[in-house]
Amino acid sequence: MKVDLAIIGGGPAGLSAAITAKNNGVETILVIEREPSLGGILQQCIHNGFGLEYFKEELTGPEYAERFMRQLLASGIHFLTETMVYEITGEKVVKAVNKTQGLMLIHAKSIILAMGCREKPRGSIALPGSRPAGVMTAGTAQRYINIEGYHVGKKILILGSGDIGLIMARRLFLEGAEVIAVAEILPYSGGLARNIVQCLHDYDIPLLLSHTITDLSGKDRVEEVTLSQVDCDLRPIKGTERKYACDTLLLSVGLVPENELSKLAGVQIDLETGGPIVTADLETSVPGVFACGNVLHVHDIVDHVTLEAQQAGTSASRYLQGLFIRDSATMSFKASKKTQYSSSKDEMICILCPVGCSLSVKPVGDEITVTGNKCPKGREYAVSELTSPKRTLTSTVILQHADLSRLPVKTDKPLKKELVLEAMSIINQTIVSSPIKSGDIIISGILGTDVNIVSTRSIP
Amino acid sequence: MTSGSLLFKNRWVGKIKMYDIAIIGAGIIGTSAARELSRYQFKIALLEKENDVACGGTKANSGIVHAGYDALFGTKKSLYNVRGNQLYDQVCQELSIPFKRVGSLVVAKSEEDLLTLERLKENGIRAKVQSLKIIGKQEAFELVPNLNRQVIGALYAPTAAIIDPWEAAIAYAENAVTNGVNLMLNYEVSNISKINDVFQITSVQGHTLKSRWIINASGLYGDHVYRMVNSALSFNISPKKGEYYLLDKAAASITNRIVFGCPSKEGKGVLAAPTTHGNVLIGPTSSLVSQKSDTKTTSEGLMTLRDKAKSLLHHIPYEMNITNYAGLRAEPSTRDFIVEASEIPNFINAVGIKSPGLSSAPAIAEEIVGIIERLNGPLIVNPLFNPIRRPRLIFSALSDGEKELLIKKNPLYGKIICRCEMITEGEIVDAIHRPVGATTVNGVKRRVRPGSGRCQGGFCGPQVVSILSRELDIRREKVTLEGVESYILKGRTNSAHGGGNLDES
Repeated sequence: MKVDLAIIGGGPAGLSAAITAKNNGVETILVIEREPSLGGILQQCIHNGFGLEYFKEELTGPEYAERFMRQLLASGIHFLTETMVYEITGEKVVKAVNKTQGLMLIHAKSIILAMGCREKPRGSIALPGSRPAGVMTAGTAQRYINIEGYHVGKKILILGSGDIGLIMARRLFLEGAEVIAVAEILPYSGGLARNIVQCLHDYDIPLLLSHTITDLSGKDRVEEVTLSQVDCDLRPIKGTERKYACDTLLLSVGLVPENELSKLAGVQIDLETGGPIVTADLETSVPGVFACGNVLHVHDIVDHVTLEAQQAGTSASRYLQGLFIRDSATMSFKASKKTQYSSSKDEMICILCPVGCSLSVKPVGDEITVTGNKCPKGREYAVSELTSPKRTLTSTVILQHADLSRLPVKTDKPLKKELVLEAMSIINQTIVSSPIKSGDIIISGILGTDVNIVSTRSIP
Repeated sequence: MTSGSLLFKNRWVGKIKMYDIAIIGAGIIGTSAARELSRYQFKIALLEKENDVACGGTKANSGIVHAGYDALFGTKKSLYNVRGNQLYDQVCQELSIPFKRVGSLVVAKSEEDLLTLERLKENGIRAKVQSLKIIGKQEAFELVPNLNRQVIGALYAPTAAIIDPWEAAIAYAENAVTNGVNLMLNYEVSNISKINDVFQITSVQGHTLKSRWIINASGLYGDHVYRMVNSALSFNISPKKGEYYLLDKAAASITNRIVFGCPSKEGKGVLAAPTTHGNVLIGPTSSLVSQKSDTKTTSEGLMTLRDKAKSLLHHIPYEMNITNYAGLRAEPSTRDFIVEASEIPNFINAVGIKSPGLSSAPAIAEEIVGIIERLNGPLIVNPLFNPIRRPRLIFSALSDGEKELLIKKNPLYGKIICRCEMITEGEIVDAIHRPVGATTVNGVKRRVRPGSGRCQGGFCGPQVVSILSRELDIRREKVTLEGVESYILKGRTNSAHGGGNLDES
């Protein structure tokens, strides 16, 4: 098989890169995806908060993915799902297998690497203790719950306060689990401020900063986790141990770009970011091979992945059209600055966008004065948060379908915060069958409100 | 026993099945003994308390076949280690066990250390260890460039090898079962009685069988099992914990040979070694613990290990750690292996097999056959014995042409489940349906390695659960990680009773 451009990975990076390359005139493009559906990890990220920068509206993961999947289908770009690339050669031969077509040798003139990243496992932090069932990464738990529809535990401790850890704390709480705490070894959380508010504060889940795990017990299943405070060198302080009975430990201790294939292709890797060394045009050390998205460096926000992937798509199209001049300089990506987080009664973090402005809120007579907001929405948010807080709720309903057992859903407008748990019990009683389109109303006017529960994924 | 004939036929005494030989424990000792005994016309039961073979000390050790210079000449350890090392080439060939003679170095950093190396070498030569030699600094660094910079010489043993310890026990068990041995998992022996020269063995799970011979290969629990027939116990077995780091394959360049610290007053020191799959392991620590089930890793243990390992290698990239584990060695009060016909007739002990137990297993199995032959008289050969085990197909090791053909024949090989180690669904399904098939997630992992790579099952875990569920025809909530109760999932979401109830499915 011969193609102009092979794109490895059909997640947000691969999708955008493909669409941009097609729009720039590249003829034969092939996107290769290992999962049964395009969209990558977004399909299991059923929570909202995606697209605020790129689409100027708030979407869930599957909705964000679907916007690009539609464009991809409309533009006639070829793609393969359930297909795994096992090797890329220095001559840009992409070797892939699947069940139906068997082994494929795809000769590409140009390649875009868009394989994403993976979670760091338990060993990466040399977490001591026994090795029973009930220890898993937050992303694995997310897949079990949101895609496969299985509970992973009843009494849960989360280590690591990055966004995935925070999001999963809320998700597990809403699914009926007891989330004991989110522990973080650093003196601040690595997650977005809005996630700390919406995922932890809303449900009174404690965030234990400067804490780490010093022991884990349980033969078959996790039974107890010991947390200790750490000193400024992140070493556990003796005498601060506290035992927590739980059956599950979720790890959210970092992500690493997945570059096994890149290395096989001879692409040089930046030891600091774990991603390929690239030029300003996102070309790797192998001419004609580009990289974008989390395979390059781990992004906090998917909108940035999209923008970066468009750049990679443009570069690849220029390369294929012979318009490309290789940049001799390379660039590196520095880890983004993490939000320092503090909270007091008269301080509030605006959760309407990822900026997360720190608002100072003071009631003066009947009026409320708000300072610290960078846009007018901040004031509106603070007032509504003080008077009648509302939240977008996302979850799943049972889906009767051969391959998928859960359909992701959300409230089509924010719901009063105090109704969230009641709404969950209605959602949990709902069964739907395919075909369904994203946006279809699943439950109309839940709990007598004007809020509908709508599908966030299209299932043919 | 009065006559030399052990009859090979199904015999039932009442409703209780009768065996010639019952082997208690399916670790490396029990499985290798079972396979060697299956060469003869015995009816054999291999009893294991866990839900898989190789779940005790065989599961968590250094994966090394020692050359044999270390164990004191004249001990059983010395004898079986040297013999076992020699036997492994043929065993691994017949049973398709990953095995590489990479050689080992004991490194010296002082004149005193060099004297220790001389003593080790002399001891090894008396035990007939081949090709031992003391090498200088230059040669040592040529063999392992990443040695600690203070190393001034080493004892080089080219016959030392690395082996996959799980695959070894699984392969022995598979071959034994193929040759007629009845492997009974989840059979935790709770009581043994002897009536009219026949042992009656009862399990915690409520089963009973009879046997003329017992081979006690129950590892850490060897004293406990022997006490069931002999209250005047002559030995104790204590658990000694060893903790390990296992590094990513990307760290493979730090050593391609086994590197031991020089034994000193402070103990035997630790080692760094490549594994047969291309990872590097660092370990073990050595501490007596009180519980025979305590396989926890500890912050202190891992810190001690990192500290000690500095003396071996110049650079160890712990940031490439993918997992830690701890195993228990069966430390006998007699200090030497206990491999003998016990005071109870027809009850053979093969216990207290600490390091170098894995190295010695083929020789211990040979000795067990010898003991039975000496006491029983000539053995009748099993004419159907087949020494060859069907090799596993390793998809990632095939050429592109072979891959293509294989997928055409069986499309399951076209679906890669584990992206770190490139393991296909076909390989996993084969691991489940072979003799001694995997029934747990870790059982699959030990056989074909999904979850052994750098993501440690983060991506492939849910898929392995789903494949096990499908192939074993059980609900996903019933799939376990390892132990009998080690369920991974806790019921379905979206129960009709609302979010608060996790028990409904």
